[in-house]
Amino acid sequence: MNLAKSTFWGYKRENGRVGVRNHVLILPVDDLSNAAAQAVENNVKGTLALPHPYGRLQFGADLELHFRTLIGTGSNPNVAAVVVICIEDQWAKKVADGIAATGKPVAYFGIEQHGDHDTILRASKKAKEFVQWASELRREERPLKDLWVSTKCGESDTTSGCGSNPTVGNAFDKLYPHGVTLVFGETTELTGGEHLVAARCRNDEVRKKFQFMFDRYAKVVDQHKTSDLMDSQPTKGNIAGGLTTIEEKALGNIQKIGRKCIVDGVLDKAETPTGPGLWFMDSSSAAAEMVTLCAAAGYVVHFFPTGQGNVIGNPILPVIKLCANPRTVRTMSEHIDVDVSGLLRKELTPDQAGDKLLECMFRTANGRLTAAEALGHREFVLTRLYESA
Amino acid sequence: MIHFVVHEEGDGVGVVVVEGVKSGQPLTGWIMEDDKDIEVTAKSDIPIGHKVALRDYKPGDTVIKYGVDIGKVVAPIRQGEHLHVHNVKTKRW
Repeated sequence: MNLAKSTFWGYKRENGRVGVRNHVLILPVDDLSNAAAQAVENNVKGTLALPHPYGRLQFGADLELHFRTLIGTGSNPNVAAVVVICIEDQWAKKVADGIAATGKPVAYFGIEQHGDHDTILRASKKAKEFVQWASELRREERPLKDLWVSTKCGESDTTSGCGSNPTVGNAFDKLYPHGVTLVFGETTELTGGEHLVAARCRNDEVRKKFQFMFDRYAKVVDQHKTSDLMDSQPTKGNIAGGLTTIEEKALGNIQKIGRKCIVDGVLDKAETPTGPGLWFMDSSSAAAEMVTLCAAAGYVVHFFPTGQGNVIGNPILPVIKLCANPRTVRTMSEHIDVDVSGLLRKELTPDQAGDKLLECMFRTANGRLTAAEALGHREFVLTRLYESA
Repeated sequence: MIHFVVHEEGDGVGVVVVEGVKSGQPLTGWIMEDDKDIEVTAKSDIPIGHKVALRDYKPGDTVIKYGVDIGKVVAPIRQGEHLHVHNVKTKRW
């Protein structure tokens, strides 16, 4: 596939970033605000509430990550406008101000001294205004480099390492020279292959930062483990699918970064990259956590290879699923966007498989709903670093 | 017909990519990196996605896949047998 003049149709936002969806979010800052946020979503059609269980009495780096994730989610170019609701209006304002830096319309509401009814009434009026405004925004033709693409695999099995993950790698190798902004992560899931990622880093500075993130996460595992992590990493599903050790899983995982891309930089969780290229983001390997962090970092399309059949989606980031396991493709076809099982029958070359994924990427970017979107998968899962105070 | 795939020459395992492999069945494998075929006879029933040993192993041996160490052997394995969590463990955790 010649990508030199490739374009897609997206929504250009106030800050120059380009989205491929046009959501109006109702964003609760904390667990207590979920009910009001969901009531507003019910009142105003075309809005999307993102309920979650956290946001109270967090502190330090864990609180910073909470804010970074919420602000990043609201700032994502797949989002047109945001209504923020919090039990306390000061933290509502903090999140709203962070999102407003993008220039997009944002309003915030605190519940205290108002109650749910009054808050829902006021927030619903604003949400209706936003959703009608957003409905008149139009897609425009944009160069490929405006697309930010993330990847993370899940419910992997051995076919992931020989089929679906190398397909992502082939697509990444094709996107990278065109200035696309790419990311991978899953820190513990590089264990056994971390030296291969280190060898792909652009320079010693990037390599040092990567190694620091990897060693830090390895220390967390060492501190808390009560076994060799069997059934957690690899998971029960991975083992059922034939993966035996973390090393084997990691070597399959790393296929996603292809053979030519260079690791240009390292991101903290939910941190926004500062330029094009391939980024490593320190992150959990749990699917919904990692994909939520990618969305918060500003990515607009996601490649999700699966072996045994992970059903994940994300509320704002379209998740394209690809699979090389013929049994999964047969038994869970409604979840699979790109079938690359032909790779394992020699019916499809790696180059053709990569093109098949890229073709789906363009169609998805142009507005076609992914399987996860059509099925209503909206997993929004915040990463926690430690206990609340 | 391809019954199993091998990432590269020198790997000690293949990945079964068809359903219903039975003990005693002759299997054809495809070494993907080198585009070569190899033959092994299954000595276990092996589910799709699970690994077939391409050589004999004794406890303490290292298993190589993708040309890299994926763990240590903890029980004897013969060529053609099912290689998985019952006979191979991680070296890392």
